[in-house]
Amino acid sequence: MSYLLRRIVFYVFTAWAAITINFFLPRLMPGDPVQALIAKEQGQLSTDAVHSLYVLFGLDKQQPLWQQYVDYWGQLLHGDLGLSFTFFPTPVSEVISSSLPWTLILVGVTTVCSFMLGTGLGVLAGWRRGSWVDLVLPVTTFISSVPYFWFGLIMIELLAGPNSFFPSSGGYDPGVVPGWDIDFIGSAVQHSLLPALTILISSMSGWILSMRNMMVTVSSEDYITVAHAKGLSDRRVMLSYAARNALLPNVSGFALSLGLIVGGTLLVEIVFSFPGVGFQLFQAVGAKDYPLMQGIFLIITLSVLAANFIADLAYLVLDPRTRKEG
Amino acid sequence: MAEPLIEIKNLNVDYGLGDDAVHAVSDVTLTLHRGEVLGLAGESGSGKSTLAYGMTRLLPPPGVVAGGEVIYHDPERGPYDVLSLTNNELRDFRWAETSIVFQGAMNSLNPVHRIGSQLTDVIRAHDPRSSKEARLARARELLTLVGIPSDRLDSYPHQLSGGMRQRVMIGMALALEPKVVIMDEPTTALDVVMQRQILGELVQLRERLGFSVLFITHDLSLLVEFSDRIAIMYGGRIVEQAPAKEIYTDSYHPYSAGLLGSFPALRGPKRELTGIPGSPPHPGFREYQTLVMCRAGSEFSRKGAVPCRRLYSKVEPGGPAGHADRVRFPPAVPEILRAVRAGPPGARCARCSRRFGQRGGLLAAPRPLTRVSTLEEIRWKPLPRR
Ligand SMILES: Nc1ncnc2c1ncn2[C@@H]1O[C@H](COP(=O)(O)OP(=O)(O)OP(=O)(O)O)[C@@H](O)[C@H]1O
Ligand SMILES: [Mg+2]
Repeated sequence: MSYLLRRIVFYVFTAWAAITINFFLPRLMPGDPVQALIAKEQGQLSTDAVHSLYVLFGLDKQQPLWQQYVDYWGQLLHGDLGLSFTFFPTPVSEVISSSLPWTLILVGVTTVCSFMLGTGLGVLAGWRRGSWVDLVLPVTTFISSVPYFWFGLIMIELLAGPNSFFPSSGGYDPGVVPGWDIDFIGSAVQHSLLPALTILISSMSGWILSMRNMMVTVSSEDYITVAHAKGLSDRRVMLSYAARNALLPNVSGFALSLGLIVGGTLLVEIVFSFPGVGFQLFQAVGAKDYPLMQGIFLIITLSVLAANFIADLAYLVLDPRTRKEG
Repeated sequence: MAEPLIEIKNLNVDYGLGDDAVHAVSDVTLTLHRGEVLGLAGESGSGKSTLAYGMTRLLPPPGVVAGGEVIYHDPERGPYDVLSLTNNELRDFRWAETSIVFQGAMNSLNPVHRIGSQLTDVIRAHDPRSSKEARLARARELLTLVGIPSDRLDSYPHQLSGGMRQRVMIGMALALEPKVVIMDEPTTALDVVMQRQILGELVQLRERLGFSVLFITHDLSLLVEFSDRIAIMYGGRIVEQAPAKEIYTDSYHPYSAGLLGSFPALRGPKRELTGIPGSPPHPGFREYQTLVMCRAGSEFSRKGAVPCRRLYSKVEPGGPAGHADRVRFPPAVPEILRAVRAGPPGARCARCSRRFGQRGGLLAAPRPLTRVSTLEEIRWKPLPRR
């Protein structure tokens, strides 16, 4: 248990550090977000309006830094991440929560599928070396060397088009009203097929390769020979002895990729103009929308930390050697 | 002599294929009889483990059985060749008829499963209809048998000491009451007292259950005490096998003598301990027998390792009456070498290569350099004039 406690302390500390950096970074950056907004509105703002903006962004306060820091924490705990410039005056938290489900569902589902499929194929490829499964290897090696977005572009080029079943961009038909009905969900699924396929194919190959290599390494362990010598069925040796051990190093990789879900596969979302967090971050950067960027970074950092914590928990469950008690 | 249980006939095991293959086990013929403890001793790298892996078809790649038979005399089904069993038959054969305790017994347990589940899964695999309670009871019984408290069933391997893990493996080997138990240095992590205690129990169990043991070790003194017969392996071959007492009192092969000379006798007069000079030959060398001679005895091991290794000699089967398995070596090798090297001035050995006695360069492949086996066979030729 003390192990778990130590990890929790570590994560709390890291989260605090991340949030603090998030607080200081924009204050250290040269330039002025309000100036950026004024430039965007092309001088149509009166001085009064400009002043009210400063107040709104909390930039006018002649308060000491520590007071600002305390206020910042207060706001955070209320879920208040400030107002977005691009979608002025919508709060950042609202902007993010409108795009988060898109990314979570698309990238979440594909990440989990790709891990499971890739691991399964990797187990087979590592176990049945010298059979047809070996054919998978050159193909996956090739695919894993192709960048995501490039793959997406090729998909659009080949599969999408004016008369194609696959739409080339967006999250749903402009004609449908978002809501929990067949029309909308059908349209959303149809739009996410291509990006999902892109992510699936290009991320799965990594899992296949690493799982295969671990299987090959584990296959030469003494306990595998013993399992064979015991006359256990090939299936049991493969799954319960080899794959079970080979999986361990991949668990942390999987947790990390869970953490990166929110950051999204930025480039894929850009290529497909998918209304997720990644695409939004891209727009925010383009519009110098500091509050939005800050909010997204914060969410990404926290989700990476959460994923790492999940990895620790998974290790605790999967590898008895990490359990210190007894 | 009791009836044979496993007959290994002309077994050859190579690592790798083609010309680069290492012949780790060459032409081994060995019989394990019913109810017998057969000791297999030999230097590190002599191929003992490879023989154990080969006869049970557990060779790790690139190991391949290049030839031979392993006849198992099944009390129920009659004799069959283990090497030609189908995969399903092999799976049934394993552990139920022949179990193994591996040399790496420390790493033989799956780190992510409890001891209990690893003891019971083998019982379930061979007897799917057994009840869970029965399997657990059996597992407890096995642990007690090897001196581990049965509540350790719930432990993970990393929670046990190295010696405990070895004992768990020994217990596991007895789970299905097999006819043959192969033990490859199973007690290296145990202290001497525990080692003797376990071996003593093993021998008692054998008397009760009637299984046979192939016991692999470096420790000849242990073998002399516990085994019925001893086979000595060297360079991938069985160079000598005889009843244990006989090996002790009257070993024939210089290597056995060397091995025996390297440990103190438990009883009897004190004598000076001797090691075997030099390092063992690569098992691929056909000339290894000669090397034995060189290493076992003479100054050649210090001065002339190269010519020794390059010397080719024929091995004649047969030895003194009653020791058909023993191998006779040309006794004159050191003398031949000495004579050839000293050679008359202006002459060279007719049936030796010109490069004899020189160190081979990078391109000079090791090849047989002389074909003589007695001093009388040497013929001299005048050296050509420059
Ligand atoms: N995978 C392999 N590839 C090539 N050569 C191998 C391989 N495994 C073993 N060998 C060689 O086979 C020979 C016999 O090895 P083996 O493990 O059977 O020796 P051993 O008698 O059991 O030695 P020890 O007493 O140290 O356990 C050694 O010379 C070794 O170098
Ligand atoms: Mg060995």
